[in-house]
Amino acid sequence: MDIKNPLSMHVNAEDFLPASEEEKAYMVQMRPSTTFFRDGCRRLYKNKVAFVSMLVIIAITVASIVLPMVWPYRYEQQLGVQPGKPVDASFLNLAPMEYSSTEQARIDAGESVFPHLFGTDAAGRDYFIRVVYGTRISLAVGFFASIIVLVVGMTLGSIAGFMGGRVDMVIMRIVDIIYSLPDMLMVILLAAVMRETIGTSLEGTVLANIGANIISLFIIFALLYWCSMARLIRGQILSLREQEYVLAAQATGAGARWIIVKHLIPNCISVVIISTALQIPSAIFTESFLSFLGLGVNAPMPSLGSLASDALNGITSYSYRLVIPAIVISLIVLSLNLFGDGLRDAFDPKLNQ
Amino acid sequence: MDSKTLRYIAKRIVMAIVTLWAVITVTFFVMKAVPGDPFASEKAVTPAARAALEAKYGLDKPLMEQYKNYLVGALHFDFGPSLKVRGREVTAIILDGMRTSAKLGIIALLIATVTGIVLGSIAALRRNTIFDKFIMVITTAFVSMPSFIMGSLLLILFAIKLKWLPANGAQPGGLILPVITLSLYPMSYITRLTRSSMLDVLGQDYIRTAKAKGVSERNVIMKHALKNSLIPVITYFGPELAYIVTGSLVVEQIFAVPGIGRYFVSSITGRDYPLIMGTTIVLASLIVIMNLVSDIMYKVVDPRINLE
Repeated sequence: MDIKNPLSMHVNAEDFLPASEEEKAYMVQMRPSTTFFRDGCRRLYKNKVAFVSMLVIIAITVASIVLPMVWPYRYEQQLGVQPGKPVDASFLNLAPMEYSSTEQARIDAGESVFPHLFGTDAAGRDYFIRVVYGTRISLAVGFFASIIVLVVGMTLGSIAGFMGGRVDMVIMRIVDIIYSLPDMLMVILLAAVMRETIGTSLEGTVLANIGANIISLFIIFALLYWCSMARLIRGQILSLREQEYVLAAQATGAGARWIIVKHLIPNCISVVIISTALQIPSAIFTESFLSFLGLGVNAPMPSLGSLASDALNGITSYSYRLVIPAIVISLIVLSLNLFGDGLRDAFDPKLNQ
Repeated sequence: MDSKTLRYIAKRIVMAIVTLWAVITVTFFVMKAVPGDPFASEKAVTPAARAALEAKYGLDKPLMEQYKNYLVGALHFDFGPSLKVRGREVTAIILDGMRTSAKLGIIALLIATVTGIVLGSIAALRRNTIFDKFIMVITTAFVSMPSFIMGSLLLILFAIKLKWLPANGAQPGGLILPVITLSLYPMSYITRLTRSSMLDVLGQDYIRTAKAKGVSERNVIMKHALKNSLIPVITYFGPELAYIVTGSLVVEQIFAVPGIGRYFVSSITGRDYPLIMGTTIVLASLIVIMNLVSDIMYKVVDPRINLE
């Protein structure tokens, strides 16, 4: 039995022993199960352009939140104005990194004075912190405007999709009309009127701190920009409702609540998030456009658009004051657009096929 | 044209009319909602003088009658007198501003469309070369730049630092910078649109068939590829005009061009309500009509498209 005949029909008993752990690990290739979200994140991480844009956005956002807290100057602080003293004109219109004569005297005396990175403006305010604060305002307006659009669009879109019939028809006709209105002209018109009408009614409330112009901007977004979101969500619901897996779930006895939570929402959430992300740069765009026309944030609060608009007056001597907010706006809008595109490529399952 | 296309066109025209009516109605009632009245700025108006003024402008009538009168007036292109520019009709001011603005807008529109199509086709034909990548990077940057930023930067560079071109739009050669500012964004958009649709068309079977038949490269591109890839560009004409109209509002402000956009902006800051309404309605009609024309053209050029 020692020399085995290759033609022997005898089976080797060892072949029938239970497999060892190593053999099992070798035979069964278990991949970690991946969720849709993790899969999308992996694709997003692989997309270098989108990933870098995301880092840029995070860096700008964090800087705009943290820097005003630690910076020695405030955005509305007129450095030359001290209570009980005449206005110190040497603080006005400083060039970047320049010190006023008062500050120079303190430096000579051995004190340390924080530099004005971008100089000061015509009212003697530190320009760097104004740009940082303006970035914060612009980002916040863009973000909240998109959330408002999302909420209004989602509500009306899902009502139209679920109810169908006459309700659907009325909502969609309204959408058609608003869609064909020239949006920018309507925005300007409403912004011009709204700041007159709601300014007085806001006084004394919490909202007064935000300012009538920003509130009216939000109202305008809620009125005009919900259409494409509503259309999108209605379309999603109409097509998802007819899918086989919904029928299968119904056949196995699932309730409406279960179907909505487990099937409909997860399937349209990515599309909704992507279009919300792409709404943010367009909201920032609109805000800066209105601020540039003088219909944006209330002074002395800066936004990137109003900073650029103010800088237009002294453009010949202080052109850097326009270039700086211009670069920041373009950088924000560009990276948000690229990030939104990357998000769409990573999370829209229909594009992956 | 089959009856289906005609029905689509009819439906689209009705929709455009409804939109125009909505624009007029919204502007009218929004303006009426403004607190205070247009004569509040005039100091110490006696009640008698105020009543006379209101009667002159028809403001003493009930709201619905004012609305009806305004609607009829707007149909006749009559928007009443301006409140701030003494003794001038809104219509005359608009026509005056339109002359400069139309010149600016049409030149920008032509430049943007032609360069966009040319650059886009070259980028598609030379796909993945340095030229293509360069074009894509540049156009991505331009699409992310608001027009007022673009205008201000061009003003700083060419008018203030280099002093090559005048900063004031009313001077000779002064329209060059505003035209460039206005055309860069639509040009970039059309470039990207043409490139992607050209790439799509180049992969079609009929292109391969044409090449296999021995049609020259030149004819394949000009007769088959280019013509078909321009169809999506047609749909962009409406939004393109809308962009140029709104863009000219700030561009005319930056370069001090005496056009309709400047009147619009100054009427907002000066609260000249009839002028705001008039300019809004005129500009909105332009955009709505252009959207209508480009939609109908789209349908007529390519009957396969089902727009329902």
